[in-house]
Amino acid sequence: MALHKEHELHKRRSGLNKGVGILLAAFVVLVMALTMVKVTSASFKFPDAQGEQN
Amino acid sequence: MSDASINASRAYEDEASFGDYFALLKPRVMSLVVFTALVGLLAAPVGVHPVIGFCAILFIAIGGGASGALNMWWDADIDKVMKRTKGRPIPAGKVTEGEALSLGLALSGLSVIMLALAANVFAGAFLAFTIFFYVVIYTMWLKRATPQNIVIGGAAGAFPPVIGWIAATGTMSVEPWLMFLLTFMWTPPHFWALALFMRSDYDDAGVPMLTVTHGRRATRVHILVYTVLLAVLAVGTAFSGIGGPLYLAVALVLNALFLHGAWKITRRNEDDCEVDNFKVERSFFKLSLLYLFLHFGAILAEALLKPYGLGGW
Repeated sequence: MALHKEHELHKRRSGLNKGVGILLAAFVVLVMALTMVKVTSASFKFPDAQGEQN
Repeated sequence: MSDASINASRAYEDEASFGDYFALLKPRVMSLVVFTALVGLLAAPVGVHPVIGFCAILFIAIGGGASGALNMWWDADIDKVMKRTKGRPIPAGKVTEGEALSLGLALSGLSVIMLALAANVFAGAFLAFTIFFYVVIYTMWLKRATPQNIVIGGAAGAFPPVIGWIAATGTMSVEPWLMFLLTFMWTPPHFWALALFMRSDYDDAGVPMLTVTHGRRATRVHILVYTVLLAVLAVGTAFSGIGGPLYLAVALVLNALFLHGAWKITRRNEDDCEVDNFKVERSFFKLSLLYLFLHFGAILAEALLKPYGLGGW
């Protein structure tokens, strides 16, 4: 059976791919936001700076 | 159309969509995990940055979802027998057992590491322990071995507020364990009420539910005993650091209703149930959902009112 362009399977696979893509993009944004919060917090110190203090 | 093309067409029809993979994570259970973990996080006496708080709740939820996927992987054989679960992605033929295992393991690792990085290592380790407890101790070991399976499984479902609290504070104290006990003691009457009106499901699957091993009369008595213990605990929690007048009022009303429901269940026999199609058991089950939601809602309200000098005693 030939798969036509408008086959329902294409829609489903497209939905799956888009869903995974959106999740990955959201994860990148989340890690970025988390990093910003961590490095701008008052308690943040670079590992080297901690070593020098010790 | 040849046989091969027909088979190929059927294979495509069974191909999983995004929603099928999401269903592996047991979204309903995840919503309970999100809510109770959020209450644990916000009831803690330490302020949390909104981004860190959001990440903590998200990764606790993903950890809960991962254990749901691993549970479905292991229980695929009994899920296809039970009416309640035979529509799940694996028995429905949408997702393979291997895919569920892979997804569950990948998300477990991701959630634990990310929670440790976002909040603290203690919270990450506790999430790892919770996943281990639910998947290995409950699903693999005790679920099919003892009629107290629901009691033990309830512990895994009760950990999220403790993880939320640890994510905020990095330490442990009595209050999160009161929230743990609230869910832990609530689970048996909640599920045994379900088992009373879904009897044939557990019979068919060979799961040693209390209704199967000890009979329905004993299950009714168990529901009452656990409900009495739960009521004492729930009302007692009102006088702890997470309680207050609002919580006390909610607890008094809901526990009176819950005790009344459990008492009615104890007094009923099977003939009564056949006549009204388990009306009392079904309404008790529905009330149990509201019961937990409102108790945690009241704890949350007390915590949110505290900055205005209103929450707590």
